[in-house]
Amino acid sequence: MTQLASRPAAAPGTSGPAPLRTAPMTPQTVLSRTVRYVLLSLISVVVLTPFAWMALSSLKRNNEVFTAPITWFPDEWQWHNYIDIWTKADMSTWLGNTIFLSVTVTALQVLTGSFAAYGFSRIRFPGRDALFLVYIGTIAVPWQAYMIPQFKLLSEVGLADTRLSIILLQAFSAFGVFLMKQFYDTVPEELSESARIDGLTEFGIYRRIMLPLSVPSISALAILTFTNTWNDYMGPLIYLRSPDLWTIQLGLKTFIGQYNADYAAIMTGSVLSVLPIAVVFALGQKYFVQGIASSGLKG
Amino acid sequence: MPNFLGFVLLTLGPVLALFYIAFTKWSAFGSPQFTGLENFERLIGDKIFWTSFGNTLYYSAIHIPVTFVVSLSLALLLNEKMRGRAFFRSAAFFPYFTSIVAVAQVWNMLFSPEFGPVNQLLRFIGLENTPDWVASSTWAMPAVIIVGIWRDAGYFMLLFLAGLQSINPELHEAAKMDGANWLERIFNVTIPGLRPTMFFVTVMLTINSFKVLDLILVMTGGGPGNSTLVLSQYIYRMGFERNDFGYASTISVVLFALCMVVTIIQFAYNRRAEK
Repeated sequence: MTQLASRPAAAPGTSGPAPLRTAPMTPQTVLSRTVRYVLLSLISVVVLTPFAWMALSSLKRNNEVFTAPITWFPDEWQWHNYIDIWTKADMSTWLGNTIFLSVTVTALQVLTGSFAAYGFSRIRFPGRDALFLVYIGTIAVPWQAYMIPQFKLLSEVGLADTRLSIILLQAFSAFGVFLMKQFYDTVPEELSESARIDGLTEFGIYRRIMLPLSVPSISALAILTFTNTWNDYMGPLIYLRSPDLWTIQLGLKTFIGQYNADYAAIMTGSVLSVLPIAVVFALGQKYFVQGIASSGLKG
Repeated sequence: MPNFLGFVLLTLGPVLALFYIAFTKWSAFGSPQFTGLENFERLIGDKIFWTSFGNTLYYSAIHIPVTFVVSLSLALLLNEKMRGRAFFRSAAFFPYFTSIVAVAQVWNMLFSPEFGPVNQLLRFIGLENTPDWVASSTWAMPAVIIVGIWRDAGYFMLLFLAGLQSINPELHEAAKMDGANWLERIFNVTIPGLRPTMFFVTVMLTINSFKVLDLILVMTGGGPGNSTLVLSQYIYRMGFERNDFGYASTISVVLFALCMVVTIIQFAYNRRAEK
């Protein structure tokens, strides 16, 4: 994506005919380019239509949502849907819980993940490689296969139906360790070697050299973890029974069950659950790409 | 190392415990009692288990190849420099990062039999007997699969794009010099160079399909009837709705074994093909 931004020929935002390029365009390239754009535009429409429908329906009167033929835009924009929902549903509790959990989990994951990854990457200890393999191996084991014993364990120690259960569940994933280790492995050993000679402690090397270098990777990990925790449905579903602990996903699902004919309100709630992630996504898009590209793993 | 402790306690421990609990009888009250192979005998005679097993394979048999082809095609289309590339890429992987509850709800409405936009579109292009989608036991699974592909394709596209970056551009230039057209270059340069990524994507996509749970739970809840009940959901149902933890763990072992066996086969096949 950086290549695109640094390309001088494609000035963003220019409309009208494409600027003439130095290389002559054969009819074939024109055709293939047109086909490509048509195809991609079609795909984008298919992919994005559900979101457009969601946003537009959230601003309609309830009986306007399903009509034949389809009407895309509301007769009158029902902005008050976005005010009513706060009294219909316990949105503020759900959002509060979700924000608390996402922020805490992200902070912990970044802290412990990068620390453990540093250990795997830089500190030699017996059985290190075997241990790392076990870490990676468990990424291939679906969580669904061990959610039962995990739940029994956490309820045995009295953590079921607490916020702490979700934090523990999400904060120590092997994923973060893997992503950060991939990065630390690319930093040349000589860098820490010379710092060691200059008298820096192992922790000093980590804090003064590795941490500043790893800002992009840490951002990627933070954004992915935040999104993951925000969107997690299964964890809260299993662990959080009391309504005052519910997250937005769980709350929204219950709300859908209660108001199953109130389509507009359901869509309003859905928009509110997607909106924060859409903002994070827009701001940190390149970190998403980087995080996934360098680890290839999520969820 | 707190991460290590957390990992051992919350992941490794439960995985190992699974293999003991699977051989026990453990209900909501009391402690597990070892019952040997009893759970596995029950499993073999359990019709609903086989339904969920079959449905998991049904979902995977379509979801894996179609998502693979769609995401690879998207990556190939979006690898070359072009205007609006960043926009198209973001559009493609946005669904993966949005709340599954909201997304499933929107699709359920879009798929609504009578006034749903999907069926209105189908009628518009001349189809008379439009399917009832999630309200019909025949069409619920295809509906879930469509949403699954829609959601996952962009994510796997990113993996392919990362793989495409590692192919030496000089190879392409050389092939161009030799007069190879776009399609020929795809088949003779890109695809061979993408082999490791393709392998990785296949492994991830397979596990991803075998373990599918939240999408089904929020979209259909396994219904109508048991027509979209999958293995993970059967685990959930037995464990958390019926509190039959022993038997739920037995089903978990099946899911675990399914993922492991297929992954090992894929690794073995990949190694042989590399030689």
